Formats: sequence, structure tokens, C-alpha cells
Amino acid sequence: MRTKKLSNFREAAIRAFFFTCGILTVAVLLGIFATLVSTAVPAFREIKPSEFLLKTNWDPTSPEKAEYGILSMVVSTLMVTGGALLIAVPIGIGVAAYLSDVAHWRVREILKPVVEILAGIPSVVVGFLGIVLFGPFLAKVFHTGHGLNAANGSVLLAIMALPTIISISEDALSAVPAAYGEASLALGASRWQTLVRVKLPAGLSGIIAACMLGMGRAIGETMTVLMATGNARAFPHGFLESVRTMTAGIAIELGEVPYYTTHYYALFAIGLVLFVLTFAVNVAADIVLRKYQEKER
Amino acid sequence: MKRTKLLTALALAVLGLAGFAAAQRAKMIQIKGSDTMVNLVQILAEEYMGKTPGSAIAVLGGGSGTGVTGLINQTCDIANSSREWKPKEVDQAWEKGVKPRFFVVAVDGLSVIVNEKNPLEQVTMAQVGALFRGEIKNWKAVGDYPKPVSLYGRQSNSGTYVFMQEFVLGNKNYSTDMKEMNGNAQIIEGVLQDEGAIGYVGVGYLFDKDGRVRQGLKILKVSKEPGGAGFMPTDKAAVDSGDYPIARPLYMSTNGKPKPGPAAFLAWISGPEGQSIVEREGFFPISPVHKAQNDKNLQ
Repeated sequence: MRTKKLSNFREAAIRAFFFTCGILTVAVLLGIFATLVSTAVPAFREIKPSEFLLKTNWDPTSPEKAEYGILSMVVSTLMVTGGALLIAVPIGIGVAAYLSDVAHWRVREILKPVVEILAGIPSVVVGFLGIVLFGPFLAKVFHTGHGLNAANGSVLLAIMALPTIISISEDALSAVPAAYGEASLALGASRWQTLVRVKLPAGLSGIIAACMLGMGRAIGETMTVLMATGNARAFPHGFLESVRTMTAGIAIELGEVPYYTTHYYALFAIGLVLFVLTFAVNVAADIVLRKYQEKER
Repeated sequence: MKRTKLLTALALAVLGLAGFAAAQRAKMIQIKGSDTMVNLVQILAEEYMGKTPGSAIAVLGGGSGTGVTGLINQTCDIANSSREWKPKEVDQAWEKGVKPRFFVVAVDGLSVIVNEKNPLEQVTMAQVGALFRGEIKNWKAVGDYPKPVSLYGRQSNSGTYVFMQEFVLGNKNYSTDMKEMNGNAQIIEGVLQDEGAIGYVGVGYLFDKDGRVRQGLKILKVSKEPGGAGFMPTDKAAVDSGDYPIARPLYMSTNGKPKPGPAAFLAWISGPEGQSIVEREGFFPISPVHKAQNDKNLQ
């Protein structure tokens, strides 16, 4: 065994390396943001911003009159994401509570990795399940003829958001000091009461952050919704209608759009709107998470 | 120390592999574009590679627009498109120094399909247009079938989408209620499951492995005028004579005179061997006029 002291030079070199890594991610983020903004802005030379955000018709390749309203796509994205959270949040918190509080440690050792593997399923595969499994099922249950609609997308995105929600919520619940639970039990509360009235509130900010990260995952998901929601451009009037989300809209059209045209810039403008949305969600999650960590100290 | 050596060896191996792959790719003929044509061209490529040792061809789908953009940006050797190039695209190509040459490799009878539960047998061109423009909302308007119409179409990067819009919809907008699917196969899946469905696909997609029309699918006869005789897209004589109103040529295009590799492949497709495969896959062979044009373009 040799315990050689690191030379000053080596120390400095390693420090510089990690600093560069850290700076690089920031630089990449700023770079992407700058590119996005600079490519999105020219779109508004021809499109009025109010028209872009508030009109519902999107048809840039129309032979009649090109239209650039993204409201239908924004609403579709929010619907599909909202639906996904409605499904994923209760289930996610339930599973997290089960894992941290109820399950035998052996069960937990098996179940937690399984949940994390769920996160690794490629989105195309999930989308395919939507086409061959959930779609026909929804069509049968609701007699809609086809299942390529917002509800289908919500179910699939819920599946994709679950691992994030479960994993982080479970961490939050496990981080609640054991003394809280013990005190509650000592006072005569049942395990259920302890879980619902003591542990869940104590871990609440962590759980909220988990849900928001899950939401961020759902908003940005592309392939799954592209395959499963039908991509109709009409303004959605319910969960059983085909919808086109912002991500799907960009993915469909960016491959063939002639470069440096209004259509091209408009697609980047959609990307910018999406970026702002996900950024807001992530920042909110971060603020909540930080509050929670402060409380812990 | 040992670990460093191991890592170095690994890095070298990866680099070597990447270099090898790049060299392979340089020789490989890259083909990109139309989803309607991707299966056909894939099969043509496989047969051709089997017969021509040393040839390597990679075929990608993505839509005609994607292929055209690919050729303009020189990311592929051949672009497949199920429609003619738009004048704008040709201009763009010339601006970038790409001089496209077009080869007609097959003829497609664009097929209008419905679910087999739908009793309708025949539609007019005008009715198909009205259906896809969203003017006819219920099947009652065209036949004895009280069900809401559910539209299945392609996405705007599809040549079939553009062709339909020009020739059948009369250059009007598609209904915004149309579900925009990722490819021909997805449209067929949708129509099989949805009793109110109507969709359009290339004729090559209608058949299963054994060459029979997919079960659960009904191909509509299409007539030019109300009351006129309707024809099937699978009817070779009707497609040849132009009686079937929505037949269209399928194109492969190259940048200028094709290089020897792609040229040999294109010549083989235009020849009897290639054309017999085209026919076997459900599409129709090209006319002598097209053949002569192809031969000229190869020079």
C-alpha cells in the first residue's frame, strides 16, 4: 500500500477538469437556448405573436392560406400531460408509500429495480403498445371506433412518468426521520394514520417535486404521443378526440420543412414555447425541492 | 497502469471500428424517402444485393419530403418520392448545386380503403375529395351506413398526402379532424379497427404475405364522374389505360448523372428483372415511354 500525496499540479488539473465539465453543461444549455431564440424570432416577421399563440389553426403547407396558430397544440399538450398526471400521481404515491412503509425489505429490493427498469423502456415500444393494446381497448370501452386519442396518450405518458414519481417520492418518504413515525406510533396512532397524517405530510415537498419532474418528462415526450394520439389538427373538445401535441407537431414537420422559411422558424418557435413550459415546471420543482431540503436541516 | 493500457486498447478498437464503418458507408448506396416505396425498394435492394456481390444498399423511409430534402442536402444518393418534385424544391436543389434527375421506377394505384363493415362499394373522385375535406361528416350522405366518418391520412411530409391534396382534394385543405398517421401500415391498422374509417394507401400495402388483400379491409372502386364506371386500383388494365383516376408514377431521383453503383441499380430496376419484382409486390410496371426516359437519364 502506497499512500502518495497528490501533487499540487495533479490536484489543480483534476479540479480544472471537473470545473470544465460543470461549465460545459451550462454552456450547452445556454447555447441551445440562444439557438432556439435566434431561430424562433424570425418567425414573427410574418406571424403576429398574438395570432401564433391564440389562433387554433395550424396548416403551414396549406395550398389555400398558410396558418400558424398553435393554441390547439398547446391545449392538446396540456390535456395529455394533465391526464397523465391524474393517473400517475395517485398510483405513484401509492406505490411509493407501499415501498417505503409497507413492503417487506425483500419485496422492496425486487420491486424498486423493476420500477426503475420501467423507465428504460424505449418510447417507441410504449407507443406501439398504445396502438395495438390500449387504443383498441379504449375504443371498445367508449365505443369511439378508434382509440387514437388524448386518453390513450395520457395512459401511456402516465406509464412513462411513473418511475420518476415513484422513485423520487420513495426517496422523500424514506428520508422522513424515523423518529416522526416512532413518535406517532407511540402516541397510539395506527400505521395507516401514521402514514397518511405524519409521513406523507412530512415528505410532501419531495413528493410534489417528484410529480413535477414526472410532468416534465410527460410534456416533452414525443414518439409515444406521435404514435398513439392520432395527430388530428382540430381543437380538442374532449379526451376521446384525436389530438396533436406540440412535440408531435415539431417531429412530424421538421424532417421535411424547407430550411430558413417562415414554417421552419415557426417550428422552432413552438420549440421555444415548449422549452419555456418545461423550464417553468423544472424551476418550480427545484424550488419546492430546495424548500424541502432546507426544512430537513 | 494495467487499466490505462486496457482503456487505450479499447479506445483504439472503437476508433478502428468507427473508421471501418465509415469506410463501409462510403461504398454503401444511401436511399431515403417515400414510405409508400420503402418496402418495395427494400425488396429490390435485397434481391439486387443477392445477385451483385460487393454491392451494399441502405433504404430508409421517412416520407417523400424527407427524401427530397435529403438529396438536396446531399445526405443520400437516391431520393424516393411518390410525387413529383415541387418547383420550389427543384429551385432549391439548383441553388445548392444539386441537379436532380428523375427515374420512374413503378406505378402506384393509390387506393381508397374502408372497413369491411362499410357496405359502400364505389365512390366518385368528388366524393373522396369531399370526405377528406371534411364536408361529408356521416356515411349516410354517400350510402346506407349511419356512422360518423373517421378520416385517416398521412402527414405533410408524405408524397401521398401532397398527391391527394392536389389531385383529389382540388388543392383545398384537409379536414383538421383527419388523423395524421406515421405511415401506410398505420393507416391500414386504423382502418382495420375503426368501422367508420376511410383512408388512402399505396396499392402495395393492400396485400398480406401470400398476395391476398388484407382481411378486414375493403378497397373502394373509384369513378371519375358520378354514375360512371368505377375501377379498382388492383386492376392493371384500368391503371394502364388511365381509367383508374388516381394512379401515379413513383420516382427515384439522383444528383445529376448517377454514379456507377446507383446507375447499375437503377438500370436493373427499370429492366425486366426489377419490373417483375415491382409487379410481384402489387405495384405496376412502368411504360416503355418511362423506360426510354430512364435510359436517357442514365447517360
